[in-house]
Amino acid sequence: MQPFKALTGIAAPLDRSNVDTDAIIPKQFLKKIERTGFGKHLFHEWRYLDYEGTKENPDFVLNKDPFRKAQILLARDNFGCGSSREHAPWALSDFGFRCVIAPSFADIFYSNCIKNGLLPVRLKPEEMDELFAVADFGASGLIAVDLENQVVGAAGKKFRFQIEPFNKECLLKGLDQVGWTLQYQDKIAAYEEKLMAEKPWLK
Amino acid sequence: MGKTMYQKIWDSHLVHTGGDGGSIIYVDRQFVHEVTSPQAFEALREAGRKVHAPEKTLAVMDHNVPTTSRDIASTSAISRTQMEQLSKNCAEFGIRCLALEDEDQGVVHIVGPELGITQPGMVIVCGDSHTATHGAFGSLAFGIGTSEVEHVLATQTIQQKPSKTMLININGALAEGVTPKDVILYIIGLIGTAGATGYVIEYAGEAIRAMSMEGRMTVCNMSIEAGARGGMIAPDEKTFTYLQGRDSAPKGDNWVKAVTYWKTVASDKDASFDKVIDIKAQDIAPQVTWGTSPGQVAAVSDVIPSPKQFKDAVEQTAAANALRYMDLTPGTNISDIKIDIVFIGSCTNGRIEDLRAAATVIKGKKVAHGVQALIVPGSGRVKRLAEREGLDKVFLEAGCEWRYAGCSMCLAMNDDQLKPGQRCISTSNRNFEGRQGPGGRTHLASPEMAAAAAVTGHITDIRKFLKRGN
Repeated sequence: MQPFKALTGIAAPLDRSNVDTDAIIPKQFLKKIERTGFGKHLFHEWRYLDYEGTKENPDFVLNKDPFRKAQILLARDNFGCGSSREHAPWALSDFGFRCVIAPSFADIFYSNCIKNGLLPVRLKPEEMDELFAVADFGASGLIAVDLENQVVGAAGKKFRFQIEPFNKECLLKGLDQVGWTLQYQDKIAAYEEKLMAEKPWLK
Repeated sequence: MGKTMYQKIWDSHLVHTGGDGGSIIYVDRQFVHEVTSPQAFEALREAGRKVHAPEKTLAVMDHNVPTTSRDIASTSAISRTQMEQLSKNCAEFGIRCLALEDEDQGVVHIVGPELGITQPGMVIVCGDSHTATHGAFGSLAFGIGTSEVEHVLATQTIQQKPSKTMLININGALAEGVTPKDVILYIIGLIGTAGATGYVIEYAGEAIRAMSMEGRMTVCNMSIEAGARGGMIAPDEKTFTYLQGRDSAPKGDNWVKAVTYWKTVASDKDASFDKVIDIKAQDIAPQVTWGTSPGQVAAVSDVIPSPKQFKDAVEQTAAANALRYMDLTPGTNISDIKIDIVFIGSCTNGRIEDLRAAATVIKGKKVAHGVQALIVPGSGRVKRLAEREGLDKVFLEAGCEWRYAGCSMCLAMNDDQLKPGQRCISTSNRNFEGRQGPGGRTHLASPEMAAAAAVTGHITDIRKFLKRGN
């Protein structure tokens, strides 16, 4: 997994709440068996005027310069709600996003981001308003995200954010989480031995 | 201080407590399906890792199976690729797979309980957000992403931080015509689609106790639509009766031991929850969603709300966007809304009791002119049982289509899709934009309400429908 340390970049303002994973990546694109190539279908139904995705919707934020090159996405409450599909963070990453900032995220989406080096940042709604105002300046409205210090900076202001220490470590180091757990193989084996003795029907 | 059911299950599954928040809990059972697992198996192969306990995982094809035939050749090439890949992965890693042609194939959250795999006190995961369904048995069940599927396959554990706990009491008895689906839609409308984010919900109270196991599954199923990690209900005699004798339920001595343990799983009387919500069952009317988020829901007797009624600018914009997408005008009677398609099925409402309820409403009547009604049983077993009871004939005689089991039009990954602009009353769980097909419009409701709408051609108050003896 690609580590995330710090980033200064263009932020695309997606001024919507309850952006669900069907909107992020519609189900007709979930049929691949790889993790790559989902970026061109990101926000498909908002981004294109036709089902095939050949005609861009000129009103959609990601079809406007400079947001085509955005690395940070701004949104409103409950971003990533709905299905557990990890295709959602895969599509965001594949498009070029490294960070999503919103007042709140759906649980499963949040952990899926952490597993993919995509930093989800929670800020207060009023702080989001300030970031949305900055993002409207496009290429001259850059936003800086510093995971080590847990700070988002924009237009001379700094906003602190919270992240669980373990998630932070995973992102900073780009940790292989399966590998991390396997260092506790003995504990898993001991648990299973106890399970067999106490709850034999669970074998 | 006593413990909540959640705390008991958490404690009994803890393998490693990380001081830094990275705790490891043991997973008793995992379900996998064809859409969110291929990349997990591929990652195992790339890293040269094995499946830790293949016998603790069951694979089922459900998301993009065809429902008009059991012939894999009848699907699109890419759907076929995913299904064939699941078979191949399961064969390689030694996992049991219920493939398209297997007589027990069905929607994974219907198959798990009916095979008796789902049991009280377990930790159950699946790469699907409706995994909370299994919580109806007093298990901790939640949806996970593909990286976590890989993690569980490789280690039979998952990294978690403890959730907060929420107790929702539904006190008293439900009114006539009000179903478990209405209860969960009402809860989502009340607390909002992010109302339970960070929580696991325990549902309790007389109305929950009075529900069958299938009704309880419907309630737990949509916990995610309130943002919850999981939803659970304390096991009781109904739970044990449901499980006894099922294929994978404990047998003999193990049954006695298991039941003894299961009786200890419920929350202690003096357990404390982070949040408690009390709801009067009598306040709940049959519900219908009018918008593009499950929280945009109202009683069937209401009118379409105006965006101005909502408290803040974000919600007002969301309501205005939803009404535009749904092509609805504030002030319209919800029961005047005409529908084109009826979908009865899904992990929310595709069980035998749902089909019986719909059949009771529709029996001896005809589907309204111009309306297409799809009845999609949740599993092969549900389908066979329904056919033994003659329900297929009731539906077919009314002019409905009787299909094979699968997720079908709940998420429209197969050919069962709405066309742009079509309006559907659906017993499924999500009314997101395009969920049932690009440009399609979804109204979520109970099987009874969906069946009544099939007959009248518009959204219909089941209470009036029953009174009229329609």
